[in-house]
Amino acid sequence: MIDTKTLTIKEASEKMRKGEMSSFDLVSSCLDLIKEKNSKLNIFLEIFEDALEQAKRADEMLKEGKGGTLCGIPIAVKDNILIEGRINSSGSKMLENYRASYDAFVIKRLKESGAVLVGRTNMDEFAMGSSTENSAYGAVKNPLDTSRVPGGSSGGSAGAVSGGMALGALGSDTGGSIRQPASFCGVVGMKPTYGGISRSGLTAMSSSLDVIGPFAKTAEDAEIIFDCIKGRDEMDSTSIDLNDLENENRKVIGVPRDFLKEGVDKEVLQNFEESIEKLKKKGYKIVDISLPYSKYSLAVYYIIMPAEVSTNLSRLDGIRYGLRTEGENVFDTYKKTRSCGFGVETRRRIMLGTYVLSHGYYDAYYNKAWKVRRAIMKEYDDVFKNVDFVMTPTTPTPAFRFGAKSSPVEMYLSDIFTVSANLAGLPSISIPSGIGSEGLPFGTLFTTRQKSDKMLFSIEKDLK
Amino acid sequence: MEIKDIENLSELAKLDLNDIEKESLQKDLDGILDYVKQIEEVKVDEEEIQYPLKNIWREDEEKKKDFSREQILSQFPDSQDGFIKVKKIL
Repeated sequence: MIDTKTLTIKEASEKMRKGEMSSFDLVSSCLDLIKEKNSKLNIFLEIFEDALEQAKRADEMLKEGKGGTLCGIPIAVKDNILIEGRINSSGSKMLENYRASYDAFVIKRLKESGAVLVGRTNMDEFAMGSSTENSAYGAVKNPLDTSRVPGGSSGGSAGAVSGGMALGALGSDTGGSIRQPASFCGVVGMKPTYGGISRSGLTAMSSSLDVIGPFAKTAEDAEIIFDCIKGRDEMDSTSIDLNDLENENRKVIGVPRDFLKEGVDKEVLQNFEESIEKLKKKGYKIVDISLPYSKYSLAVYYIIMPAEVSTNLSRLDGIRYGLRTEGENVFDTYKKTRSCGFGVETRRRIMLGTYVLSHGYYDAYYNKAWKVRRAIMKEYDDVFKNVDFVMTPTTPTPAFRFGAKSSPVEMYLSDIFTVSANLAGLPSISIPSGIGSEGLPFGTLFTTRQKSDKMLFSIEKDLK
Repeated sequence: MEIKDIENLSELAKLDLNDIEKESLQKDLDGILDYVKQIEEVKVDEEEIQYPLKNIWREDEEKKKDFSREQILSQFPDSQDGFIKVKKIL
């Protein structure tokens, strides 16, 4: 039995290349853990029945010296990333029986490298949520404390890595959906520059914000996954190539102190200050910065995102694929299908998006939000002339209890630090930075210039 | 926001809502709009918004696609002779 809760991708990959470990044994260990824990944690919606077959093929590839660094490594995949021939439900009843007709770009890359896809992970419906309580298939429990949420929307992927059920995972991040659950589950979660990883085969939620990214135990492991799946893809016209060069001398960190004045847990702040001290000792220069427009990020986000959600999800009408609930006529079929298929949060955001895009409100909400978004982008451009990273806690509190957030706005506020990187299209990473008095992990968030994603992976070693 | 606004929106969004759902959505949307309203106070340049999008062209040539017609057909909720079947519209 291999201890998959501590083993890193780097170590496993080296051992497998040397013939000291087989993918078959490694994947078996993960599957054993999944079988033991999944009924309680609800992390996986499906365990792929051919996982061990994939592992055997990876072992062959390893013997022949083929495959990439991820060859033989068990990876979990969020349920909104298409794998050909497999169910892809996006955590929704709407797509309960939908089978993907092609592989997402990232899946193609993982398959080419010889990675073993172990299963699809639970998530908030259509990636809308911060706790994974919005899944149509039941909430996910945090493997570190089952009375707490794992964060969301990629709570299943974060939990899978944290619980040793896979050595790495893919998630998607629209407003914090990789970094916030990574922080809650004590793992690394990274959101690339917008377009840095192809969205081809990612179920669209909010197309100007959505990105795919990796989860892993260490930044080094996250980088291995990132390197495998990044880059331009002709099937996604917004995808771009990123800068490869990493400049080790970039050591100026900006801290937006205004953001930390209210609403942040005392222990989170204390942990944040400790992280700053560690980085100072490693030669980083810490400066105060001001981001006056970015304090409106969450408000801007809750206009632009639902607007895009309402248009993107209009394709789900029961006609071409997914659920169909027959009505008396075609319009009645649309309505019945969408009312049966969509959960509460999804309907809420569709309604909100329909409102902000409707005649009479469009200028006041949607157009104004885009103007402020532009100002936020420019503000970050200016800040990055003087600093290399912007640093905040990943979340205002550690993982909260189930049902702790009584209103939608209260729930939305848990993305307050993560969301501006999505609006400005910036790469951003959450790195575990310690454990609090209640045994829950803290995460620290680093954001950097567009296309300089590679810079994010080197900070972790200086935080220790 | 009034209940009749919620009804109007649900018609646009093609959602059937019962009275309890309407009331709770009215409360939720009011709460969210109250929060996002803060962007009203932001002073920004009133210049025309530039969207950073450009068309990506490709040669119009036939390329092999990964997915098969059969896989897509198999996802139709209802079909006949390879066509999607829907209720009559007119």
